[in-house]
Parts: sequence; structure tokens; C-alpha cells
Amino acid sequence: MRRVVVTGLGMVTPLACGVEESWSRLIAGQSGAGPITRFDASRVATTYAAEIPFGDGADGTFNPDDWMDPKERRKVDDFILYGMAAATQAVKDSGWEPKTDEDRERTGVMIGSGIGGLSAIADTAVLLQEKGPRRVSPFFIPSALINLVSGQVSIRFGFKGPNHAVVTACSTGAHAIGDAARLIQWGDADVMVAGGAESPISEIGIAGFNACKALSTKRGNDPQSASRPWDADRDGFVMGEGAGIVILEEYEHARARGAKIYAEVLGYGMSGDAYHITAPSEDGEGGYRSMAAALKRAGLSPADVDYINAHGTSTMADTIELGAVERLLGAAAAATTMSSTKSSIGHLLGAAGAVEAIFCVLALRDQVAPPTLNLDTPPEGVRIDLAPKAARQREIAVALSNSFGFGGTNATLVMGRGDR
Amino acid sequence: MSDIADRVKKIVVEHLGVEEDKVIESASFIDDLGADSLDTVELVMAFEEEFGIEIPDDAAETIQTFGDAVKFIQEAA
Repeated sequence: MRRVVVTGLGMVTPLACGVEESWSRLIAGQSGAGPITRFDASRVATTYAAEIPFGDGADGTFNPDDWMDPKERRKVDDFILYGMAAATQAVKDSGWEPKTDEDRERTGVMIGSGIGGLSAIADTAVLLQEKGPRRVSPFFIPSALINLVSGQVSIRFGFKGPNHAVVTACSTGAHAIGDAARLIQWGDADVMVAGGAESPISEIGIAGFNACKALSTKRGNDPQSASRPWDADRDGFVMGEGAGIVILEEYEHARARGAKIYAEVLGYGMSGDAYHITAPSEDGEGGYRSMAAALKRAGLSPADVDYINAHGTSTMADTIELGAVERLLGAAAAATTMSSTKSSIGHLLGAAGAVEAIFCVLALRDQVAPPTLNLDTPPEGVRIDLAPKAARQREIAVALSNSFGFGGTNATLVMGRGDR
Repeated sequence: MSDIADRVKKIVVEHLGVEEDKVIESASFIDDLGADSLDTVELVMAFEEEFGIEIPDDAAETIQTFGDAVKFIQEAA
């Protein structure tokens, strides 16, 4: 089977625009949460979220003008803007500039989203009601369709290979990277731009997740303390937004052009819970099977895993995942570190798995596990190191990232160092 | 230039992101100003909104240039 490596990274997160800017703030223990500014949140139960820091582009702020010109921006919902920004960073970082038609046809795109253009749909529904169907924009549909991140990226860079988009709720980003790696393994492409993008911080988005009882509601006085995976006082997740994109490349292809190799995708596993639309089963067997399948693909045993980036959303499900991980690792749990970076950036839904896969790549590069913020009271009897409050410098040869989504859809990525 | 022409030009500049001096009477939205078919649909909607008129689809198809648009709106408004 062809080997797949990571040769480019791009991200826009609530911590910063940019990979190194986000990563350094993550390791320093910063939080991207704060009061909602994107809309008037006075009518919804949750008044805080982890928003991207908009600005002039300096000091890690996100300046939309740097990534899409205003004329094009009017035709896209924000999730596409974030995806374009992260993809542009990743392509540039990889140095991959196909010069021939064949190279372009061997380069594909697989960027998903959990919900896509939720704001565009909500706003247009109101417009339709108030002004009638003749006022619906010709750009409404292409601004909201989930696969239009992949479409826009392919148009900007001329990538003519497989053009695809994953939609598996909060597992989207991980599934996109795993599926894109498979396309390379099978020979459908040599290079894939893969990841996820999401822009759910709108009144309808917050109201919808509030109705599911999924969001934290009780920490309006201190939003940065609200995302607290595994902590006894957690009360739901904090909504995030952004995008994470990686460039995946066939190993020999990357070597031949002298590309910088960050990491290798060693394994990818998937499973379905077949249990409930929003909750995992109490025993976490879906997540367990997803992790086991990924390790089997990688040809590794549970004891080989050094760092786990947990799904860990700061909901009741955190301890279910913890139970599945400890069962899988057995005695090896005591030597493993697991953290949830959602404690810092909130939950980016369809972008989460991709951003967290990038954090795993950087953990492998820098040999450091990011912290779990706000973890004051860990579950009793926990055997694994949850990296409470401070990053953990440690040897990391193999990293595993979990993503679990509504509908009972699970994905696990296993990655190893690029210099193996 | 008439008030109508100024208002039409403003819409064209805003929607197509073109320089004002490119928007001359004979300028074709598609051939000269970089619009695609979706842009022209949106432009017509913007004209309808700005001038409180209705431009039927068959009439919209005859509006190819800036001059066409101004002429149509002057007659309709």
C-alpha cells in the first residue's frame, strides 16, 4: 500500500489565523473563548463562544481581505472563507505548485463541513418570507453548499483531481483526512488538500445546539472557564468556528520534490454506534472499535500510542470516551498522555477533527502534548495523564486523534513522525 | 450624467468590483466587466431593488451593457 505523508498545514482557529500562531497560543494555555460578538446573543441561553479574532491581519488576527477579495466574499458563507484561508496557507506551506496538466489532475480536494452555510440558509429564509422568491440571490445555493469549499479551492489552484466533501457532523474533519489518505493509497491521486471548515456561531446555530442541551450555558461571567473536558463541573461544550486543512501526499512523490514531511498518516479507523442520534452508548464501544480499527490499519498495538487528542467536548460523553480509551490501552494507559484541545478553542464541529489532527502533527514535531485547560477535578481513579492546565513535554512517536459525531459516526486517525 | 446612470454605475462597481471609469455606455457586463451569468442575475435583482421596478426575465436577457441597463430603467422607472 502506498504511504501517505503530511506536507502542508493551514488553519484559522479561535486562537489565531495561522498554524504557528494558533499552536504557540495553545501550548501557552490560552483560551479563544469570550462573549459572542458575531450576533446579538440576548435571546439565546448561551452568550459566549470561541470566535475567530478578526482584525487587520497583524498579530495573528484574521483579515478576510487577505484571503478572498470582497467581490468574491459576497458569494460565500463564512465557512467557505475560513476554508479558503486555511487551504491557501496549507498549499503555500507545502510548496506544491503543479506545473503540468497531469500534476493538476493528480491533485484533489476533500474539504467537508458539518452544517455548511447555516447563516446563508437562515438569512435567505427570512428574506424569502419578507420579500418573496424573486429576491433570493443566485449565489445563495453555491454560498451554502458544503462541497463548495472543495469547489472554490480547486478553482483557485487549478487542482483537477478528485473533488469531494465529507459530511459527518463532528467527525467530518477526521473522516475527510482519512478518506483523502485512502484515495492516495489507492492511486486516485498523489496529492490531496483535505480537512474541514465550519461557521456555526449564529443565532440559529446557538439556538439549535442549546435545544439539544449540548452547549455550556452557566459560565457567562467567565467564558474562558466554560470548556472544561472531564472536569466535574463541566456543563456542555463551547461553540467554536474555523478551518483546518492539511496537504496529504504520497510518500515517494513528496520525497522526489524534496518536500518538508511533517508526519505520516499511519492508520484510519471508522465505526458507527447504531445507538442514538446525539448520544454515544454508555460503554463507548463505538469509539473503542474506531480506535481499534485505526491501530490495526497502522499495524500498531495500543501500547504504542504516546499522545491522544481526545474528542473530549466538555459534555457528559467525555467520561465515556475516557472509559473506552482506558479499556483499549489497559496497563499502558499509565504511560500515555491524553488531552482535549477543545478546552482552548471550543468545538469547531466539522473542522474540529482536522484542526485536532494538525495539533497531533505538531505534537509529533515538537514533542509536546497540549494542555487540557480548566481541568480542576478529574474523574476519580483516572489512570491516564490528562495534561491538566499545562502542556506536557514528552516523547511522542505515535499520536491518535478521535472524532465522534451526532448520528453515532466515529473516526480515528493515527499518525507518526515524519522522520520515521 | 443622469441620476439614474449614477445609481446604476454605483451598483455595477459594487457588485462586479470594477473601476468606475471602465463602466462606460458600451461596456458589456460579461465581455468587458468580468461578470458571469450568475453575476448578471444578481445585478438585475439589484436594479429592481434600487429602482422599485420589476424586470421580467425576457427583458433581463436584453440588458447586456451598462447603456442597456440605464436605458431600460429610464423607460421603466
